[in-house]
This record gives sequence, structure tokens and C-alpha cells, in this order.
Amino acid sequence: MNPLSRFLIMLGAQTRTSLTGLGFFTRFFFMLLMRSDIVLRRPRLVSQQVHFIGNYSLLIIAVSGLFVGFVLGLQGYYTLNRYGSEEALGLLVALSLTRELGPVITALLFAGRAGTSLTAEIGLMKAGEQLAAMEIMAVDPVRRVLVPRFWGGVIAMPLLAAVFSMVGILGGWAVGVLLIGIDTGAFWSQMQAGVDVWKDVANGVLKSFVFGIAVTLIALYEGWQARPTPEGVARATTRTVVTGSLTVLGLDFLLTALMFSN
Amino acid sequence: MLAPSLHPNEPVLRLDGVTLAYGDFTVLRDISLEVLRGQVVAMMGGSGSGKTTLLRAATGQLVAQSGTVEVFGQNLAKANRTKIESLRQRMGVLFQQGALFTDLNVFENVAFPLREHLHMSPAKLLERVLDKLNAVGLRAAAHLKISEISGGMARRVALARAIVLEPELVLYDEPFAGLDPISMGVTARLIRHLSDRLGCASVVITHDVAESFAIADQVYLVGQGVLKAHGSPATLGASTDPYVQQFLQGQADGPVAFDYPDTPDFQLWLKERRRHL
Repeated sequence: MNPLSRFLIMLGAQTRTSLTGLGFFTRFFFMLLMRSDIVLRRPRLVSQQVHFIGNYSLLIIAVSGLFVGFVLGLQGYYTLNRYGSEEALGLLVALSLTRELGPVITALLFAGRAGTSLTAEIGLMKAGEQLAAMEIMAVDPVRRVLVPRFWGGVIAMPLLAAVFSMVGILGGWAVGVLLIGIDTGAFWSQMQAGVDVWKDVANGVLKSFVFGIAVTLIALYEGWQARPTPEGVARATTRTVVTGSLTVLGLDFLLTALMFSN
Repeated sequence: MLAPSLHPNEPVLRLDGVTLAYGDFTVLRDISLEVLRGQVVAMMGGSGSGKTTLLRAATGQLVAQSGTVEVFGQNLAKANRTKIESLRQRMGVLFQQGALFTDLNVFENVAFPLREHLHMSPAKLLERVLDKLNAVGLRAAAHLKISEISGGMARRVALARAIVLEPELVLYDEPFAGLDPISMGVTARLIRHLSDRLGCASVVITHDVAESFAIADQVYLVGQGVLKAHGSPATLGASTDPYVQQFLQGQADGPVAFDYPDTPDFQLWLKERRRHL
């Protein structure tokens, strides 16, 4: 066989595999939506998951938010000081966090912390025949296990992003006001005047909601599709982080282009 | 109670000329068997002989390529998802590895089927779960986490969970594997006792000859992809069939070769290995 046809065959096979994967993923998403009736019938299952998933990531997200706030305070002051407008530091920190850094970094940390836990949990449940056992007990594992985790993740993400932004703003305030000595009144009033609740805050929340859907869905899908072996679960966990993070960055670019362009 | 559609003498589980396969790979051919109410049926065969596959056919996880599988008088091939789910609520399955939910404790594991299917008051639920745990000797272990109990205890918890809905058909996949002699004897008697007390039919998939012969009414022996022999433990024990005798006595010589057959592939591999020495 000549190299060209071998290349074409490989390309065709790759394309087909990717398309099939995408098809399965889409079907998986619709399957979760179709069986979401349990959310209304047993809301406790979802609130439990919001609690678990939120707790998994709360500490790492709060600490990261604080440090990102510190750095924003320092770097922002360095630049703004050149133009003599260091009072705008509050505005810069708040806009950076609510529009971009809050949703994006939260989603990346979420993929690494809660996402991997979800994948490993589902993968190990599959390996230990727990999902099969549930099916034999006439309990639908998609409805009982996956759907509450999905909605738990989707609800937890914007809440965590809000925590991240809030702690980040406090970090920026600590560096700007306490350390550098910017006027505290100017810091807060510039922020209050310059941040729009719909354009900035609501769009940020919308972003983190979309990221929540994407990351949680990827984490659950990888766990569901994992080979039920130690190696299979390990690979699936890695894929959750890689695919989840890249998807978040790609989606962020798209959403930013849609939301903040004129 | 049995559904009105099922006559008391009608088999709870019936397989008629069933062939089971994974893709192109046929595991079992032309299997026919019947399990009646209150009966304990032992399904025996060596490792990899397809015993677990047979169980998957009975639960509707695997569809037979030919022949019919009837559970409670319902042909599984013709039942839709809802119907299969309602049939599954009437059966209990003990998995080989227990398959307990690791995020729940012992009590919640046994309570799981009750919470999912019945609306019971908390007091009744507590009573029922403790009763079932008592039957497997683990009443005082109800508060423990799954990670805190031994493999043998996990199997007994799984057994309690399998019977908590008081099913009419219980399928046990290797209930004796990995148990110490005391737990093994207790488990065997428990299976017999449950069948006698609840009147449920029990199918025990095992390769443990002594324990299963002690409790079974009927024994089916599968091997080499087909049903080799069946009958009461006494008839099977008296059988002169060389396959049956080899299995029961555990001899290395007989119709079943202990050694994996030599193949050209292996010879080629060995030659390669030797060349690199």
C-alpha cells in the first residue's frame, strides 16, 4: 500500500472515531437531560451532591482566589501607577475577576479537584459492579447516580466562582489598600461605579454555568466510559483534566467573543 | 406472593434450548433447565465454563441468541424495559464480589432497595433491615463502613441486601468463594433456610461440590459449552459419566485436560524467547 493511501485511511479512521465519540457524548448529554425528572422528585439527592462537590473544591478555590487577588493587586498597581490612576485598582481587580479569572480558574480547579473525583468514583463503581448491581435491583444508575451528580456540579460551579471572585477582590483590597496604601474609599467607589451587574457580573455567572455543564459532563462521561480496570480508571481521570481544561479555555474564548464584543 | 399469572407448579425460571454468546464467541449452547418454587438449584462447572453468563441471561442483562428464557412465566426476549424492571424487583442477585455501594454504610446498603422501591416508614425500614442483617449474623455491624468490614462480611451484607425485598427468585454468583469454612457452612444453610422459609427459588452458581451437594435439590453441571449432566445430588454422585466423576473428585486426568493445550503460537513465542537468551 502506498504511503498516501495509508495516510488517507488513517485520517478517515481518526475522523470517524472522533465523530463517533462526539456522537456518544451528545447522546450521553441528552440521556442525562431526559432522565432529570429525579431532580424534582428527590431534590435531596442533588443538594447532597452540591454539598459534596462544593466541599471538595471550596478550600482550594478560596485559597487560589486569595492569591490571584494578591497578584492582581500588585500587577494592577504596577501598571496603573504609570498613568497615575491607581485608584482604579478596585475596578481592575473586580472586572478581571468577575468577567474572566473567576469563572475560568474556578472551572480549571474544579476539573482538577471535583472532576477527577467524579470520574474516579463512577469508574470504580463500574469496576466494582456497583452500577450493574443497581441495574439488577431495577434502579436506573443513570438516573440515580449520574443525574444528581451532574446537576450538583452545574449548581456548585457558579457558587464556587462567586466565592473565588469575592475572595480575590478581598485579596486585591488587602494588597492595594493595606499594603500599598491606596485610598480605601476610592478603591470601593470606583468598583461600585464601574461594574455593571448585567454586563459584567451576570455574564460571568453565565460563563461559569456553561463551564459547570461542560466540566461535569466530561467528568461523568469519562467515568461512565472508563474501562473497568485500575489502568482504565487512571486514564479516564487524566482525560477528564486534559479535555475538561481545554474545553473550558476554548469555550471561554467563544463566550468572551460573544458577550463582550460590540 | 407470586403473581396470579404464575401457577404454583410452574417454574420460576425456565431456560429452553438457550444459546448464549458474546458477539461471535458462543459461551453456552442448547441449555435447558427449570427452577421451581422453594427449590435450591446448584449450577456447577469449572472456571470460565459460562456459569456467570447463565446468570446474566436470567436477569435479562444478556439476550439469548436462540431459545427462550422465561422468568415468572414471562419471556425475557419479548419483555420491554419496564417489564424487565418489574421482574427484577421480584428477584435478588448476590454478586461474585458483593458489589456493595462503597459510599454507603452497611445499614444503608441493605436499606437501598427498600428506599428505592417501597415507601416505608423509618421505623418499619429500621426493623426490616435489622431483621435481614440479623439473618446473616451482622445486626451489630449495621453502623460500620464498607471499608471497615472483611471480605466475608461484605458477602454476607450483600446477601442481606439481595433478600431484603423478599424476592421470589434469588441468584447467587459464587456465594462460597473466599469464605472461611464456618462462614461457608453458615451461608449454605442460610440459602437452604431462606428457600424453605420464604418459599423462594434459589439458583446457586458455584464450583464448591461439598457445600452445594449438601443443600441442593437439583444440580446442573455445565462444561465445554454444554449442559453435561443434571439430576439430584444422589444421582449425580452415582453417575459413571467420566466428566461428572472428574469434576466431583477433582482429578487432573479425565475428559477435561488440566494443561492448557500446546499451540503453534506458543512454540513460536518460546523459540523467539530462547533465541534472545
